[in-house]
Amino acid sequence: MDAFTIDLLLDIASVIAFATGGAFLLIGAFGMIRLPDVWSRLHAAGIMDTVGAELILIGMMFQAGLTQATLKLVLISLFLFITSPTSTHAVANAAFTAGIRPVRLRKNEADRVIGESAKRTGES
Amino acid sequence: MYMFLAAVAAIFVAILLVLIRLFAGPTLYDRVLAVNSFGTLTVLLLSLLGFVTGRPDFLDIAMLYALINFVSTIAILKFFRYRALGRASIRQEEA
Amino acid sequence: MKKAVGLLVALFALWLALSGYFKPFLLSLGVLSCLFTVYLASRMKLLDDEAVPLQLRPSLLLYWGWLGREVFKSSIAVSRVILAREMPISQQLVAVPCTQKTEMGHVIFANSITLTPGTVTAESGNGHFLVHALTDDFAAPEGFAEMDRRVTAVEDR
Repeated sequence: MDAFTIDLLLDIASVIAFATGGAFLLIGAFGMIRLPDVWSRLHAAGIMDTVGAELILIGMMFQAGLTQATLKLVLISLFLFITSPTSTHAVANAAFTAGIRPVRLRKNEADRVIGESAKRTGES
Repeated sequence: MYMFLAAVAAIFVAILLVLIRLFAGPTLYDRVLAVNSFGTLTVLLLSLLGFVTGRPDFLDIAMLYALINFVSTIAILKFFRYRALGRASIRQEEA
Repeated sequence: MKKAVGLLVALFALWLALSGYFKPFLLSLGVLSCLFTVYLASRMKLLDDEAVPLQLRPSLLLYWGWLGREVFKSSIAVSRVILAREMPISQQLVAVPCTQKTEMGHVIFANSITLTPGTVTAESGNGHFLVHALTDDFAAPEGFAEMDRRVTAVEDR
């Protein structure tokens, strides 16, 4: 395999990563508009923050090759991988503590987790 | 080069949709969520711009933006829960 | 002591990755700043299992690979929910039991649940997590049980 073929393969890999990542970003952003309440929008934001962002970063890593830029991209993606669930959980916990409950809730087992304080924040 | 521009276009459309939610969001938590997603999209946009313009320094700015974005989300939520940023412990507040 | 050396190595690796310079003068400055940071961290009593998680098994990396596949699969499922003409949403708050012993294990399990689109951890207590699931499929206990087993396997040496 000569250098040209490897370049072509890397280009194809990053085009695939960019296309799927961009599609997930657009679907997530569309879900932010379409879904009915905060709790369901958390999942749309989860799509954008995890799969969309990581795929686009991976596509950039294919283009950067084995350089310092790839190392920095790996650091950024590791950081997003750890902090995005943390901030999503922070939003969810704040909404839960503020007494906001999902619309049309099918099943609620909150009493088994928080026990007594369930009465304080009110039911669904 | 064109694939970077296509990814930038996708990110712009996503930013536009997220901004709509940011201004329309009925509750505070919708807005915080939208700000957080906006920050993630900005990180991606900054690092893509570094590749488009051929200046890898943008990656450092993107990394800093990711750090600040996380801290600001937590700070906004903490402020609106306790109306103060300087409290030491969360568990003591609830007791 | 082991924690201090681990933190020093991690900090210096980060310094090298971010700077990219290999001149002796700059390298010694980097070593000095890392040593100072480790000194400050030990003065603040930060060198515990939480800040320097050396007690985790190396199979955490394998777990991350598995988690990545799960995240991809459930993102496709959530995308189908978003793009469906009539969104088949049935939101629910389910209690998921967790069997980890340490707080680090709890954090890894809760973050894995939140990272997977379709499920978000909202609260913890009584040995359970309160998980918000978007549809019935995401609330199935089998998936949580498998993730719980894998996290318990990587948690402690």
